[in-house]
Amino acid sequence: MQQIVKVSGLTKQFGSFTAVNQLSFSVDQGDVYGFLGQNGAGKSTTIRMLLTLITPSEGNIELFGLPLHSHRKEILQQVGAVIEKPDVYKYLSAYENLKLFARLSGIKTTRALLMNQLEQVGLAERAHDIVKTFSQGMKQRLGIGIALVHNPQIIVLDEPTNGLDPQGIADIRNLILFLSREQKKTVIVSSHLLNEIEQIATRILIIDKGKKLVEGSASALINEEQAILEMEVSNRESAHQILAASEWRNQLLPEREGKLLVKIKRSEIPAFNRMLASNGVDIYSLASRNNLEDYFLQVTAGKQYVGTFTN
Amino acid sequence: MWEHLQIELYKVFKRPRTYLSFAAITALIGVIQLGLWVDGKEYADFVMADFASSFSVDGKILNGYFICYVILQLLLVHVPLLIALIAADMISGEANMGTLRLLMTKPQSRTSIVLAKFLASSIYTVLLLIWIAIMGLLLSMLIFGTDDLFLMKSSYVVIVKESDVFWRYAGAFCFAALAMITVAALGFLLSFFAENSIGPIVATMSVIIVSTILSTMNIPLFNLIKPYLFTTHMITWKEFFDFKVNDANEAIIGSIQNPQKIVQSAGILFIHIFLFVGTAIALFRKKDILS
Repeated sequence: MQQIVKVSGLTKQFGSFTAVNQLSFSVDQGDVYGFLGQNGAGKSTTIRMLLTLITPSEGNIELFGLPLHSHRKEILQQVGAVIEKPDVYKYLSAYENLKLFARLSGIKTTRALLMNQLEQVGLAERAHDIVKTFSQGMKQRLGIGIALVHNPQIIVLDEPTNGLDPQGIADIRNLILFLSREQKKTVIVSSHLLNEIEQIATRILIIDKGKKLVEGSASALINEEQAILEMEVSNRESAHQILAASEWRNQLLPEREGKLLVKIKRSEIPAFNRMLASNGVDIYSLASRNNLEDYFLQVTAGKQYVGTFTN
Repeated sequence: MWEHLQIELYKVFKRPRTYLSFAAITALIGVIQLGLWVDGKEYADFVMADFASSFSVDGKILNGYFICYVILQLLLVHVPLLIALIAADMISGEANMGTLRLLMTKPQSRTSIVLAKFLASSIYTVLLLIWIAIMGLLLSMLIFGTDDLFLMKSSYVVIVKESDVFWRYAGAFCFAALAMITVAALGFLLSFFAENSIGPIVATMSVIIVSTILSTMNIPLFNLIKPYLFTTHMITWKEFFDFKVNDANEAIIGSIQNPQKIVQSAGILFIHIFLFVGTAIALFRKKDILS
């Protein structure tokens, strides 16, 4: 697969604060690239550097094999973006906003093209209404319409589900899947809704305090064979001692909300359970998880599993 | 660039705020005209009080040309606020609305974006001046008629022949437009430093007020910097109404007493515009869009 975005050694400093620190990653054509991190991790700063809103302090960004700083105009013709809130001109109608940004994107606009785009995002009936009267979800859909109107190859969505109701979130998810699968677009999406990213991303990057923690394919990160076992036990200290002497001693994770966490293979769970019980530890609850949220919390809190996963 | 300018003009003239200035000008000029229509004779008597014993005046002092001069003197003090309402909002308003970041992700150079925005605010300024000319000059000519223009300077009186007045107004309005574009450039520059419109609008007016005070106070320290302040040169439009006289002390039709002063003032205003806009471009090219 062709590498469409290549970022190397990207750093951004605001005074003495380093928002992004030597970040390197790449995105392949057709990827839905999930960009994850806690608030203040540096996601938005990185995305803004990809869109030339912020100038990097160090490092290189290449899109379509071209350096961004010297080919800004031609690269941005192939990029559509929604950055955080979908802010548009509130005193203009949806149609006027779309037309204005389409012209700025360098395409010739026709009424049919614009109405077709509004139809796609479900705003055709409100095309000539002033945006001031729109709900948050409608503004978000208009923002996406603006991002897509010039038929870009790369779509950058920074927190696209912010402020949306469940139906709106599902619509955005379906749209991203449609863009990726049907139109073969490359989508870079950041979100704090991990279950949404889990459902759509083909590759995932997790950053914390501006540094890369993990980059890899979603399927490798969310290993179906590997689980996080969450246990509520009668005596945590005693359980800790028993586990420290067991074959799982290196797989113990930091406790969360008074529960023990162990990274374990699914097939080992019965034996693990029996071992604790035979050593006199009463188990009140036992839950096996292997979703992205658990994984994300592990790497951003404990950081035991830092590295690059294989595809 | 042309495409972008069209878009900026479209945005400016789609905002209701833009028409506030035109409405304010219409109301202000209307009030002045109404006042002079109703009580004009008392006003003219008051103006002529010092000269009544030594002058015998034929014709209408209170004609359209005179009214327009009064309007221009009064309005050009207040018009900068109306200019700042739009120019100082060009960048800060977009940052405040959140549209600046979307705008900056489009394949347009930052220099082109700044120039298009500045040109749009300049066109708005020129249109506002044209509106003042229509309301203040043409409408006054229609209501009050025309005659020679009688002007009182600090130590002398100027009477401009009726046939020699109109082109002087054309020149004065062109110069006033240049002065107001300088104000627009200042407001435009200041709009880069804030993410709401109020700050740059207040800052623009503050700079103009302070500079005007420095320009008018006759203190040796301030006299050194006066020639470099743009506010000193904003009132040079009045030079269009001073003419040369021949040996018989008669007015030379079509002449200007001190054309070099007009050229010099225009040059200094152009330098200010260049500096303000140039600084804005330099800042914007490096600005991180964090809004």
